[in-house]
Amino acid sequence: MSAWRVVCAKEILENLRDRRTMISVFVIGPLMGPVLFALLISLILSTQLEQAEKPLEVPVVGAEHAPQLIRHLKAVGVVVKDAPESPEEAVRKRDADVVLRIPEGFAESWREGESAKLELVLDSSQQKARASVTRLKSALQSYAELTASQRLLLRGVSPEVVRPLLIAEVDQSTPQSRAIMILSMLPYLLILTVFAGGSYLAIDTTAGERERQSLEPLLANPASRAELMSGKLVATTLFAWASLALSLVLFSLSSSIIPMDKLGMEIKLGVMECLKLFLIAAPLGIVGAAVMTIVAAFAKSFREAQTYMTFVILAPALPSMVMAINPLKPADWMYSVPLVSHQLLIEQTVRGEVTAWAQVALSVGVTVALGLVLAAVAARLYHRESLAISA
Amino acid sequence: MIEIQSLYKAFGAVKAVNGVSFTASDGQITGLLGPNGAGKTTTLRMLYTLMKPDAGAIRVDGLDVATDPSGVRRRLGVLPDARGLYKRLTARENIEYFGRLQGMDEASLQRRTDGLIEALNLDEIAARRTEGFSNGQRVKTAIARALVHDPRNVILDEPTNGLDVMSTRTLREFMRQLRAEGRCVVFSSHIMQEVAALCDRIVVIAKGQVVANGTPDELRQQTGESNLEEAFIKVIGSEEGLLQ
Repeated sequence: MSAWRVVCAKEILENLRDRRTMISVFVIGPLMGPVLFALLISLILSTQLEQAEKPLEVPVVGAEHAPQLIRHLKAVGVVVKDAPESPEEAVRKRDADVVLRIPEGFAESWREGESAKLELVLDSSQQKARASVTRLKSALQSYAELTASQRLLLRGVSPEVVRPLLIAEVDQSTPQSRAIMILSMLPYLLILTVFAGGSYLAIDTTAGERERQSLEPLLANPASRAELMSGKLVATTLFAWASLALSLVLFSLSSSIIPMDKLGMEIKLGVMECLKLFLIAAPLGIVGAAVMTIVAAFAKSFREAQTYMTFVILAPALPSMVMAINPLKPADWMYSVPLVSHQLLIEQTVRGEVTAWAQVALSVGVTVALGLVLAAVAARLYHRESLAISA
Repeated sequence: MIEIQSLYKAFGAVKAVNGVSFTASDGQITGLLGPNGAGKTTTLRMLYTLMKPDAGAIRVDGLDVATDPSGVRRRLGVLPDARGLYKRLTARENIEYFGRLQGMDEASLQRRTDGLIEALNLDEIAARRTEGFSNGQRVKTAIARALVHDPRNVILDEPTNGLDVMSTRTLREFMRQLRAEGRCVVFSSHIMQEVAALCDRIVVIAKGQVVANGTPDELRQQTGESNLEEAFIKVIGSEEGLLQ
């Protein structure tokens, strides 16, 4: 058996016996993504469903001034409630999303044919109240339009005269594309899992080995340092992949549990999609293992390495975060940039778009090449004299 | 057989090894004696190719460390200053790991591991994980690990450091056995009595240089002292290393 395989087998055996590694690689790492994902989606689902389906309750001040308007509101499904003592306070305290106030002079203005004033008491910074406000406004608007048409007809004028434009919206969003905001998180969570899955071994096999004073005897073996290093990198990569695979299975399970169709969304995470996602994300495992090994090589102790590792694990999140807030229009060059290409390809796969195999090949090729270059750098670092000497 | 010629190594302004030469023959125990910081460990580290010398030559069984470092490492069994074990592996697994790295086949690996476990009295702890081992158990496991590939040359850096009397006795017995098997044994120590009790040849190092080199008798003659202890103090110019 060649030296790198001996090293790899030993690192795997040793880490399978370490409860801390096992928990971080096979429990916390893979669970973190799917659980976060499921929680967020159910939260979004429940608030959106609630807002769309629940009857609109509106406290009304001065309902007696406009009985006909109230009748109309009730007819279109608004539940008219008694006014609170102080509408402003009720809105501020979020007891009511919006309060309708009908001033005393309303009936008079209405009779005279003047514009009659209504007041909506609302808090525009309240995200949750926005749907109620919009629904109330459109209910009021429909009453206003109805009345305007009647008045014009009485005067022998066609209502169309005052309606020179008729705007019809043709919505191009598909059920899947509406889920984009949620989905843009998924690539990040997968990338995070790949990096986090390998981090424990990257530290343990390098900084840990130095700290335990076992590196010097190891280097006294005839195997070259590059060979020893590759064994460690392969073990680290395998653990990262195991973590990724487990995470994908959990994602797949959680996506089948959440009733996505209720929101008109569809996320595809079947066996084929999971395999594709694994193929797309796996090369990052090599890059992650190499980067983390390089970083751990500079650390004097396990603890120091762990501190650096936090930054290394979070760094790949940057492209994902930027792209979640400000989605880029996919261009060909993006598929040759690791992390950016992963963001795009993972999103496209989950959205159920046709897989562009040329782009996948480009992304995998570039990422694997980058990983190998970084692995060579890591191996070179291990040839440095100072690195071999235990503290 | 180990030959070291005019070895130099500096760390910045500190000349850790400043012209060390000596030869260690097969079937002999050669002791590197010197106070802490004399350059013993650095000399040995260059010997087992962990560090590169600034100048000088080292040959092991005729192989040059500069041109064939991996061949040299194959001929050496090394117990370095740092002797950490893998604590989640058993003593036996620790030994086998190094045997496989030396490229041994499974049959001779098992035979050799069994032999070392018996010779070093490791039977009781061989199947236990090394976490929680006593210092003596750790050193013995580390020695077995270093010798699993049956090397002709054995290098032990301060092997008895921190051992109790019983472990030290076992270890000395084991080193005599290695000599009887015709191996070239080099060990370093800062304890004069230990070197005197074991060595066929003593190389005294102080401040990075060899200040005396010979059999215990020759050392006594060189210094004109009948007592080795006095001879040692005379050559290194201090009493450090005697108080053990």
